[in-house]
Amino acid sequence: MKIDRTELYGGRALLLVLMTITILPFISIFMTALHPSGTVPRGLEWPADPQWGNFIEAFNVANMTALLGSSVYIVIAVVPISLIISTMAGFAIGQLRIPGSRILLALFVFGLTLPFGGIIVPLYYLERALGIYNTRLAVVLPLIGLYMPFAVFWMRAHFVNMPTEISEAARVDGSTLWDLFWRIHLPLARAPMASLGILMSVWTWNQFLLALVLVEDPTERTMAGALGAFQGHYATNVPLLCAGTILILLPTLVVFVLFQRQIISALLQGSVKG
Amino acid sequence: MNSRRPPFAGGRWEHVVGWLFVIPALVMYGAFVLLPLLMSVQYSFVRWNGFGPMTWVGLDNYIRVLEDPDLLGTIFNSLRLVVFFSFIPVSLGLVIASIMHRTATGRYGALARTVLFLPQVIPLVAAGIIWGRLLSLPGLVNEILRAIGLDDVTRAWLGDFDWALPAVGFIGVWVLLGFCTVLLSTAMTKLDPSLFESARIDGASWFTEFIRITVPLLRNEIGVCLTVTVIAALAAFDIVYVSTAGGPGNSTAVPGIQIYILAFTEQRIGPASALAVMLTALVLIVILPFQRLNREA
Repeated sequence: MKIDRTELYGGRALLLVLMTITILPFISIFMTALHPSGTVPRGLEWPADPQWGNFIEAFNVANMTALLGSSVYIVIAVVPISLIISTMAGFAIGQLRIPGSRILLALFVFGLTLPFGGIIVPLYYLERALGIYNTRLAVVLPLIGLYMPFAVFWMRAHFVNMPTEISEAARVDGSTLWDLFWRIHLPLARAPMASLGILMSVWTWNQFLLALVLVEDPTERTMAGALGAFQGHYATNVPLLCAGTILILLPTLVVFVLFQRQIISALLQGSVKG
Repeated sequence: MNSRRPPFAGGRWEHVVGWLFVIPALVMYGAFVLLPLLMSVQYSFVRWNGFGPMTWVGLDNYIRVLEDPDLLGTIFNSLRLVVFFSFIPVSLGLVIASIMHRTATGRYGALARTVLFLPQVIPLVAAGIIWGRLLSLPGLVNEILRAIGLDDVTRAWLGDFDWALPAVGFIGVWVLLGFCTVLLSTAMTKLDPSLFESARIDGASWFTEFIRITVPLLRNEIGVCLTVTVIAALAAFDIVYVSTAGGPGNSTAVPGIQIYILAFTEQRIGPASALAVMLTALVLIVILPFQRLNREA
């Protein structure tokens, strides 16, 4: 290999610059969050007297206990249901190849392109009519629907690559379709399901528009939705806003660090197959 | 594509049961995505304030959107955002991925991938708030500019009529660059290494390698990056809502923001829905060519 030293170090230095640009914003708001409440600190300045209490204050002011409860509730309501129904659909389309599979797949793939803004207005009136507006269900039900394109597509990609011999062998043994799915294929699909589950959890946590429009009470929203309300109230108190922002994005960073491989591979493969 | 015989061909009953497996997903998708989409189309042809009776007005709402510079302008703004959300991250991502491939293959490359991916996992709202702060008058960006002697260019970036849109676009670059870089660099590691080796034995420069090998072989992944990022640009809402709310004036208003304002603060459901339908169609029209790029590869 002929790569000279100048290029080698130049390339690495460039990466270092890019990493700095990526990280610096986090450091800047972290430092800002430690300044006395109500001040307007400079961009990068370690405070003389770090106000760690800002995090506690932001936690209390934003009613974070209620928020955490609400977000966890929404994630728990959305993710398992989405997982199971998308896996079933992916199984039928990718493994059973039921008649109409191609059209079904195209119908779901179409949804991948759909901007949320394209349906948010009718969703609002639909939910008023259904009587679920301003409840957690107002976010839960549309999210399940909105995840179906990616989720079905992702699970179908797994099932289409599973050898059909497995199903044929089970059929010879006389097992029912449900047994075939539940006993044989579901355990084999654990890995793609796990990636999908992690991804949908993060997306749910980060969901903003639906929460903003469909739930008036910030404490019934997702974390990101509540952050929007928090910003409205504390736009002038910069350190407190930064502290609140850090509290809300911290869990996503923790999940990312823990499940980095699954998240990256799911996002990349999911979009490549799309 | 795949012509293997389906395992359950034959039994009609089994096809029926097979369909039952799709029904739950289809019902949720139909009820909360497809139905609202059809309702958007319906609303786009009526005059309605949200609770009174609906009046059929034909194409009036569409004409209104096309004639009102404030409404039509949102579509142009979002097309301008495509440059930042899509072209810059994809082209820069390609360059970075190929540099990574030549100079940082081991742990350093893995670390860089992790770090660059970070902005992709945090809530977009948080990214908007963070950059809202950094781009403000006393923020980090201006501080750095002053430090390198560029006092004259410092400004409240998001409050400036000319600079607000590029500033919002820059936030998009920050969020999406990592995604594109990681996707493209992962794809590069899967390419046949002998291609690069023989090029390098011949002493090929980075640029030759980039133009002759990297770009043509990653055509598929480039198409994917373009698709994902163009959708992110046209459907942008969170970042804009939080950082500028469409202002100053209408300089950063995108369709998502305008739909929200029309429907929920002005109670003009008709124009809001016409814009929503146009936005949906626009996304489809813009990303369709990239799908061809995929297929040819």
